[in-house]
Amino acid sequence: MSTLKDKCAIVGVGETVYNRDSGRTELNMAVEAANRAIADAGLVPQDIDGIVKFTADSTPQGELAACLGIPYLRYYGELGPLGGAACGLVIQSAMAVAQGVVNNVLVYRSVNGRSGQRYGSGTVTTRRGLGSSAFTEPYGLLVPGQSSALRARRHMHEFGTKMEHFGAVAVAFRNNACLNPKAIMHGRPITMEDYLTSRMFFDPLHILDCALEADGANAFVITSAERAANLKHAPVYITSAAQTLLAGMDGHGRSWDESGGALLAPELFGEAGVTPQDIDVVGFYDHFSPVIITKLEDYGFCQRGEGGPFVERGRIEVGGELPVNTSGGHLSEAYLQGMNQIIEVVRQLRGQSPAQVEGAELGLVDSGDGSGALILRR
Amino acid sequence: MTTANFPLPVPNLDNQEFWDQCRQHRLVLRRCLDCRSFCHPPRPNCPECASSNLEWVESPGKGKVYTYVITRQPVNPAFRERLPWGVVEVEMEEGVHLISNLVDCDADDIEIGMEVEVVFEAVNDEITLPKFRRVGQ
Ligand SMILES: [Zn+2]
Repeated sequence: MSTLKDKCAIVGVGETVYNRDSGRTELNMAVEAANRAIADAGLVPQDIDGIVKFTADSTPQGELAACLGIPYLRYYGELGPLGGAACGLVIQSAMAVAQGVVNNVLVYRSVNGRSGQRYGSGTVTTRRGLGSSAFTEPYGLLVPGQSSALRARRHMHEFGTKMEHFGAVAVAFRNNACLNPKAIMHGRPITMEDYLTSRMFFDPLHILDCALEADGANAFVITSAERAANLKHAPVYITSAAQTLLAGMDGHGRSWDESGGALLAPELFGEAGVTPQDIDVVGFYDHFSPVIITKLEDYGFCQRGEGGPFVERGRIEVGGELPVNTSGGHLSEAYLQGMNQIIEVVRQLRGQSPAQVEGAELGLVDSGDGSGALILRR
Repeated sequence: MTTANFPLPVPNLDNQEFWDQCRQHRLVLRRCLDCRSFCHPPRPNCPECASSNLEWVESPGKGKVYTYVITRQPVNPAFRERLPWGVVEVEMEEGVHLISNLVDCDADDIEIGMEVEVVFEAVNDEITLPKFRRVGQ
């Protein structure tokens, strides 16, 4: 079987500042992030001949190309659903590059997710009672945090997982964010007591379990392994990649417990020829902290039901046994729908993270609900 | 009209029968005539075997609370003046899971495993929502 193994690399990353009130358009921020990523790769905008986007992103590829001074694109595409797109866009881009359809693809995300439309309120994600949402929204199941809380509550019931385990995730990522000057929560450490006394939003989830809605943009460039060898930084190779779209994911025909991560993990590790024990650093899509616990189980870092105890005592912090979301993740850096995890793992594998994991060679990142995942290596 | 501000179901040809029967205070579920499995929400095909040979079966409407969430902050305008708001996922005897609300039960009294049965709450002339109440209350 032909695979993507090591055929392509991520060669440049770029970000705007992350804040709560950008005062800029999403297009304007996208241009800055794209220019930074292209310059970081040692390329010029005219080297970019493909751009792919989140379906949810308001910035069209053509507008971005115009602002970058790129006359036309040979390849463009997009992917939904919202939280599942980032790793899938890497796969889409890498396939096109590996086939020779395009040379250098820019992947970007730009969103005024705090000063503009806030995902946490459900105003973007509700479907107004259409389709399968006719069976959920009329009951007041309207926002992503509620669905995550349903799963979290069940995990507590089945495995004895405690709120303190969710809190351990929140505290760990905040500690990581305090190492990252770009994190919105940099300089604002929290304790378990802070966590437990913070406001309850979607019981059993506290506000500190929720992604930090943010304004900002980020981007990265994907090219072939051959071209990557001659660029500015050491390439970060896409060693394996996999996607999963669960049947009936938008409804509730089965239990809400299902996650794509457990389904794609065998293929992901198999293609890379590595095991979870070989992974040095992880970037998990953390829209809510309980998903970290279930993802650690899904990807085989621990047994089913043991994710709660696994995150205790700083194990997933920088300096711990398995550092996860070393930039602070969505909980404490900024919520840019899985893009910041990819960028941070690239930095780690280049040895350029402000929260550097010493000697990191192999990283794993995933997208919302395990809908896509990558193993990256330096 | 406890759900006046939440989106109302927009029935379509695949699920109109479900809502029509709710108006008559009957809960119906889709069952596959080939593999006999139930599915929900109603779809044109069976997710187990892809058969389009499906029937509507009246459900006794009994199940257990599988999990639940209590919303405590007005994250969306629809929650104003109705907090705390409990949403339950009910595991029906037929095996399918339904999202719903418990009537006559404070959000803080919801527990996993609670035995529940269906009741019907008319929202308007077109829409009646199946909800649940504790058995033996
Ligand atoms: Zn069937």
